[in-house]
Amino acid sequence: MARAKARRSASRDGAGTPRWLWPSLAAPGTAYLLILFLVPLYVILAVTFGKLDPILQTPLPVWNPLQWKTGVMSFTVSNLVHSDGLYFAAFIRTIVYVAISTSLCLLIGYPFAYFVSRHAGRAKALFLVLFFAPFWISYMLRMLAWISLLQDDGYVNRILMSLGLISHPYPFLAGKSLTLILGLTYGYVPYMVLPLYAALDRIPQSQLEASRDLGASPTRTFFRVTLPQSRQAILAGVIIAGLPMFGDYFTQQLLANTNGTRMIGNFVVEALSSSLLMSRGASLILMMMLMMLAPVIYYLRSTSRAATVRPAR
Amino acid sequence: MNRLRDFFTNPWGKARFLWVVGIGYVLWTLLPVVNAVLMSFNSTKSISVWAGFSWRWWFTDPNESILHDPNLRHALYQSVMLAGLTTLIAVPIGVAFALATDRWRSRPASAANTLMMVSFITPELILAVGLFLLFVNALKVIGLGTTAQLLGLILIAIAYPVVIVRARLLSMGPEYEQAAADLGAPPLTVLRRITLPLLRPAIFAGAAIVFAFTLDDFVIVNQLALDQPNTTVSMYIYGAARTSPTPAANAIGSLALFASMIIITFAFLAYRRSTRGMKDEAQNAQSVLGV
Repeated sequence: MARAKARRSASRDGAGTPRWLWPSLAAPGTAYLLILFLVPLYVILAVTFGKLDPILQTPLPVWNPLQWKTGVMSFTVSNLVHSDGLYFAAFIRTIVYVAISTSLCLLIGYPFAYFVSRHAGRAKALFLVLFFAPFWISYMLRMLAWISLLQDDGYVNRILMSLGLISHPYPFLAGKSLTLILGLTYGYVPYMVLPLYAALDRIPQSQLEASRDLGASPTRTFFRVTLPQSRQAILAGVIIAGLPMFGDYFTQQLLANTNGTRMIGNFVVEALSSSLLMSRGASLILMMMLMMLAPVIYYLRSTSRAATVRPAR
Repeated sequence: MNRLRDFFTNPWGKARFLWVVGIGYVLWTLLPVVNAVLMSFNSTKSISVWAGFSWRWWFTDPNESILHDPNLRHALYQSVMLAGLTTLIAVPIGVAFALATDRWRSRPASAANTLMMVSFITPELILAVGLFLLFVNALKVIGLGTTAQLLGLILIAIAYPVVIVRARLLSMGPEYEQAAADLGAPPLTVLRRITLPLLRPAIFAGAAIVFAFTLDDFVIVNQLALDQPNTTVSMYIYGAARTSPTPAANAIGSLALFASMIIITFAFLAYRRSTRGMKDEAQNAQSVLGV
């Protein structure tokens, strides 16, 4: 009995396991992340603050921070913040597009998540399957689908014309901000719904009943019970859907390919294709990372706080 | 107005307004894709005007169909090959990592886990640009190309099995392993005979998700491609869609879509079968597989 007890406690705190086992199982994944995640982030710094090869005109990364040159970075920063700067218009545009699209995602996603978690009834499983389908459909196919619908002779224009709303086909694909915003909303809305659904589905029915039994009106129940418990999820949705939009360049290329709709991501990818401009691309990505740092840290801290509330095993 | 408000807030009322939202959402997200799949069977070069059914873009056209266009065939091969290799490499690494960080409670383990989560939520463009600069300016031995694409895909894939296996470790609890240990099984035997078999559904689900995600990836494979032979299905559709897409682009996109759907359905059924009779596992399967 005593031996069994000792063995059990040993197996629980892992003392019976060979000491090398867990570290060696964690090693490949950790090494992979160190080499192909952390090192590349450092390479972005080393190229941004590095030099140009005098003959080949290719970037020469400088590994020692003490020898870093800030020329490219100050160029980028001044072109981002001054109203006549190279990146200023695209920077503002990116923020506006992402803000509108993320808001639209929330406006569309919240009622949908609410519906599936509360009202779908027996059709809930079906709605979940249909909701998750876009995750398994290539983004490019989903965008191609809209290119097909939004052509001059596509279904959208034909329907609008047969309803008499417009007399000539509207050139949706000729570099319209509207098309790009709707495309981004369409592309990223499932990422908004995901955390919202998870949070709304977790609110116990008994709390809603209690709120009603205590005399709260439906509106009051929504604002005092449902909404506060989904605040965390709204934040998560805004982060999960909004951050990737900041780095999106392909939606613009597919749906609204003109200079007037270019986003920061387009400048990054374009700069990387020329070795002379590569360090500018690196510095733009670095700026993007710095801007994302605050929301990401906030998000990680709030999720780890939420995780500690859950019962530990 | 009052009624509208009731629809929105009353958890017991007949929420007709919300049914409209629910059905409208599903139609809005899926009808365009259904249309795109149908257009792959169009008999003309147009992807927007339906002119009649044909297998032209799938099989019969001697030059431009998936079956006969060497570029399309190669793109398909490149996508499937990269997704397959990524799954084979990323899943074992991820499973080992999840097991280790779950059991080995220590400072290095939690640091490694934080690193994993940070890489998970870092936007793909940042990962892609970092890897691009690494392979172009530092690790020139590797350079751009298929190897770089594979290494990049593994990076974005590795966290999925970690998250899924950790969730499963949490839900299955320590009882079975403790029972085996109490009956005298040494730790490595417990791992091999108890833990890994119990984890099999989660490992399977992780593999399916990794395969489906990497099959559709664009940002990483596009940024790390060197030349034409590195073109994947998503890159092909992107290139075609920017110029003058023919239904061949729809056809190859549909093919990738069917492949993903089959794999996910298969994995879901297998997950359900192997966890049959276990409470909460239906819920778990939903959250894990996204179905």
